[in-house]
Amino acid sequence: MQDTAHINTNGKHTHTYDAIVIGSGISGGWAAKELCEHGLKTLVLERGRDVKHIIDYPTYNTPPWEFPYRGHIAREQRKKNPLISKAAGYAADTAHFFIEDADHPYVQEKPFDWIRGYQVGGKSLTWGRACQRWSDFEFSAPQRYGYAVDWPIRYEDVAPWYSHVERFIGVCGIKEGIESMPDGEFLPGYELNCVEQHIKDVLWKKFKRHYVSGRWAHITQPQEIHTQQGRGQCQNRNLCMRGCPYGGYFSSVTSTLPWAQKTGNLTVAPHSVVHSIIYDEEKGRATGVRVINAQTNEATEYFARIIFVNASALNTNLILLNSTSDRFPNGLGNDNGLLGKYICFHNYRGNMGGDFEGFKDKYYRVTRPVECIIANYRNLHRQETDFIGGYTIFSGAYREKLSDKGIEPMLGAAFKEAISEPGTWGAYMYMQGETIPKASNHVRLSPDQRDQWGIPLLVTSVGYDDNDEKMVQDFLEQGRVMLEAAGAVNIRTNDTKQPPGLDIHEMGGARMGHDPATSLLNKWNQLHHCQNVFVTDGACMTSTGNQSPSILYMALTARAANYAVERLKKAEM
Amino acid sequence: MNRRELLKHIAVLTGASVVGADFFLTGCAPEGKTAGLFSAADVALLDDIAETIIPRTTTPGARDAQTGAFIADFVTHCYDDDEEKALIAGLAALTAAAKTQHNRAFGKLKQTEQLEVLSKIAAEAKVYNEQQTGDFIPHYFTLLQQLTLLGFFTSEQGYTQVLRYEMIPGPYEGCVDYKNGEKAWAN
Repeated sequence: MQDTAHINTNGKHTHTYDAIVIGSGISGGWAAKELCEHGLKTLVLERGRDVKHIIDYPTYNTPPWEFPYRGHIAREQRKKNPLISKAAGYAADTAHFFIEDADHPYVQEKPFDWIRGYQVGGKSLTWGRACQRWSDFEFSAPQRYGYAVDWPIRYEDVAPWYSHVERFIGVCGIKEGIESMPDGEFLPGYELNCVEQHIKDVLWKKFKRHYVSGRWAHITQPQEIHTQQGRGQCQNRNLCMRGCPYGGYFSSVTSTLPWAQKTGNLTVAPHSVVHSIIYDEEKGRATGVRVINAQTNEATEYFARIIFVNASALNTNLILLNSTSDRFPNGLGNDNGLLGKYICFHNYRGNMGGDFEGFKDKYYRVTRPVECIIANYRNLHRQETDFIGGYTIFSGAYREKLSDKGIEPMLGAAFKEAISEPGTWGAYMYMQGETIPKASNHVRLSPDQRDQWGIPLLVTSVGYDDNDEKMVQDFLEQGRVMLEAAGAVNIRTNDTKQPPGLDIHEMGGARMGHDPATSLLNKWNQLHHCQNVFVTDGACMTSTGNQSPSILYMALTARAANYAVERLKKAEM
Repeated sequence: MNRRELLKHIAVLTGASVVGADFFLTGCAPEGKTAGLFSAADVALLDDIAETIIPRTTTPGARDAQTGAFIADFVTHCYDDDEEKALIAGLAALTAAAKTQHNRAFGKLKQTEQLEVLSKIAAEAKVYNEQQTGDFIPHYFTLLQQLTLLGFFTSEQGYTQVLRYEMIPGPYEGCVDYKNGEKAWAN
């Protein structure tokens, strides 16, 4: 801290809670919900502004023709925000849920697109909503194939917590009994359209691969637990990232935070940038958090018996690295020097599309807010490729809009008529590939550069490796083979070569493990060396698996929070 | 339809990425762009061109949706300088072509003559675009087509009267019969 003279330590009792949660995004919201429900007075610290359900969704009902430039980002705004304007979902209708580049610098030692949303609710407002479960293939892969370290948990440890989370947030899906993608507690799933059904049949018949309806955090049939949250049925408006007035999809703002608020135990403090966690050498535990008010620059300390760090994967690393003391000169819990290392992410580089000539007498009614999934089929029971790990494929089929149908020249009444009718069917696929954690992919604190609050900037040094290249090639080959088998023509494959980070699935740096010598967290997400600090966001990940991670963070958070409460009740912490 | 989807479809249709809607800013465009270069007469010309591309039929056309004003606004704020210059030079070329072929301003031509002039230019645009390699600004007529489609199919008229639009769609059905003539879903 630049000027410790201004720390407000007055009225320590008014700044003392049972629990502090750093971050209000998808995992922080869950920590708050569970801790408050168990009666803990909980303070949630959020570095950004407050966002309230519906009230702070300024665009939720705005039709496209009412936006300046019909929703396109003006040239000046794009020039000012070359990074954040690349993010999936960033547009005029959602830009207020993303940062401005200039406000939040970091140092890219290698190209890394760090996508952030600093507000109450964090990126849960704009997330992709895919909610597949991990299987034991993923939890056991590092141990079986000799990479990273062994996960200290298995599927059976998290399965009940997946159920706990799914029931509350609402996840649609269809049970399929797939070994590599276990079923969950699903609300009714979306049916496939006729081309997707055709692809599903072909992939099963010819490849024994599973093409299934997406498991997405949408309420397709509200249960009592959802109406209690004030949430209703998804109306298929497909405008989710603006915030949903029906609460049709899950976000912290829609669901967990208001739920926690109702207990009377929650305090949310927006504009609270966490500088570091306070470690008490005598007590041998963390006692609180140093916070800088983002608007006034005033520094304040808050105190609690337990601290949940849910600041988003890389910011969690930053906070822990910046939490130094005589006992922990290299960052909180960082005796082995591995904090910030083994950063990993999901590989989204490969995508493809193709056309289908038939099915002209079939269509669908409105657009669906979910996609289809091809469950991972690589390296499940044994190592069978020249790369480690697997990939999930997201896919879907659609009828083209504004399809010319060969009208030349492209103008006049006939052209207008033709393009306003649906065109040929197309199908797309894109990959979500596992990346293999390695020490060289790391983040660290800049020794000399600081942000506007005097906190060291994060240096990112994260890149692809040969394994990633091979996986992209395998996806591009296999995807083509599958589309061809289904009868697609005019297949176009593409390697975007996008920098890591744009996947918005950054993970690791404070990984879980059995052994304090090779990991930061134990099987309950506690820092091995400072057990009243829990890390349950993406930073805890030992490996990336190939499934979308958000619901796993939620399940791990609920599990850790309940464990923490148990320990507190037994006065063991 | 969402913005990305629309851009993709327009790009496929016109054979070129939609200019001004690039998410991936490459290089640094020059500062000090002059805003509001389009006069009322320019907007009227843009409306005439857009209306020739998407005419009023039993449903509204581009002029009804004030597509000319959209184009002027979009180009001013979303195009880079050289893209804007290419478009403005194109408008001059188009005006000259109308003069040469019919000795009148484009706006004064009969509908069939307007169609004739633009058809000729559309054919030139196709050849021009096919001859380019690497990153290039498409032929000005391709720009005008993109802008017309973008403006019209994000307008209230295009969205709600020419396509099928439901503000609150409700139930989704994955597989329904389609009869010829039914409009595509806007959403």
